[in-house]
Amino acid sequence: MATKDHSADLFEFLLRMGDNTLILGHRVSEWCGHAPVLEEDIALANTALDLIGQTQLWLGLAGEVEGQGRSADDLAFLRDAWDFRNVLLVELPNGDFGQTLMRQFLFDAWQELMLDALKGSSDARVAEIAAKAAKEVAYHVERSGDTVIGLGDGTEESHARMQAALDYLYPYVGEMFESDAVDAAMAQAGIAPDPASLRDAYDAKLAAVMGEATLSTPDDRFTHNGGRTGRMHTEHLGHILTSMQWLQRAYPGASW
Amino acid sequence: MQAPVEQIWNWLDQVPDPEIPVISLVDLGIIRGVEWRGDTLRVTVTPTYSGCPATSVINFEIEKALRAHGIEKLDLERQLSPPWTTDWLTETGRDKLEKYGIAPPQPAGGPERCPHCGGSQLERISQFGSTPCKAQWRCKDCLEPFDYFKCI
Ligand SMILES: [Zn+2]
Repeated sequence: MATKDHSADLFEFLLRMGDNTLILGHRVSEWCGHAPVLEEDIALANTALDLIGQTQLWLGLAGEVEGQGRSADDLAFLRDAWDFRNVLLVELPNGDFGQTLMRQFLFDAWQELMLDALKGSSDARVAEIAAKAAKEVAYHVERSGDTVIGLGDGTEESHARMQAALDYLYPYVGEMFESDAVDAAMAQAGIAPDPASLRDAYDAKLAAVMGEATLSTPDDRFTHNGGRTGRMHTEHLGHILTSMQWLQRAYPGASW
Repeated sequence: MQAPVEQIWNWLDQVPDPEIPVISLVDLGIIRGVEWRGDTLRVTVTPTYSGCPATSVINFEIEKALRAHGIEKLDLERQLSPPWTTDWLTETGRDKLEKYGIAPPQPAGGPERCPHCGGSQLERISQFGSTPCKAQWRCKDCLEPFDYFKCI
């Protein structure tokens, strides 16, 4: 039996991984110099840095798999909104500090499970990146989870804000667990898990943290989607790209 | 004549880490291999954190040091796997860190004692610090804050 060529699907999968970390990393970096206290400022900047570092690995491999000579930078700075494959959750505005940390936790908890599964990928390059990133994400999820608990089970004000953040963000969670033909191809090749298979473990983690945070997770499983398939993004992505890509657009090929 | 590999390890042990100059790149455990392949020297380096901004500076410093010692053909190879772990810090490196005021990593996940006064009443201020590899702690005995080298 001839081996099926998975490179187009693998490219798509790697863009999804790399665009998630790129867009969230950029979003979180917007806090640099603005966080409520110095320690949190440093923590947010470090989280953003880890995410951008992971982006270089995922998009670097994506460019290699694509074989058109595009570098991680080319993919980050020279694609337009419709070519991005991140889930909608990561492009949503930061809101207040609580909303930023709630979004971080909702993403970190997914990323931790995904990377854990990818460590056993049949593609050694994917497994290597996952093993590296998983160590960093273990710190992210510990911190975002602790902060969600601290603020949720905090004052009346912080509790109300965290509940509002969860209510606003939860309808974007489901997209991380949707599967399509790309996921089926990746699962069949043993490269990546079917995202849907991670949902039970995610729900258990969420229930534990939200329980301790005295927050109620909405019952409704409705989810906004379209980001990871590229069907549509929110209006926010274009604004992110305007600021993130400005320099390369204004001065093509600039380097320093 | 080709410099022996042990000699090259010694040279690399003179190259300070750009962010924590008190320890060398060898102390940090990021040099994973030094070998001659024909007339080309291959040095294998692993990143500490994937987004560590020092990575490119580190490569530059390695190249600068080896060129100064007359190495002409040099091949720097990035190796991701197995991922860097603080277990690879040398004993000398751990001692130098503590003398410098940075508590070395511990398997328990927190510092063993205050690097200033040796006190054991410690509290964590933040899981993150001034560089990706550090966290911020405080000693309740001498009341001084200090950096802790995170265990990964
Ligand atoms: Zn002390």
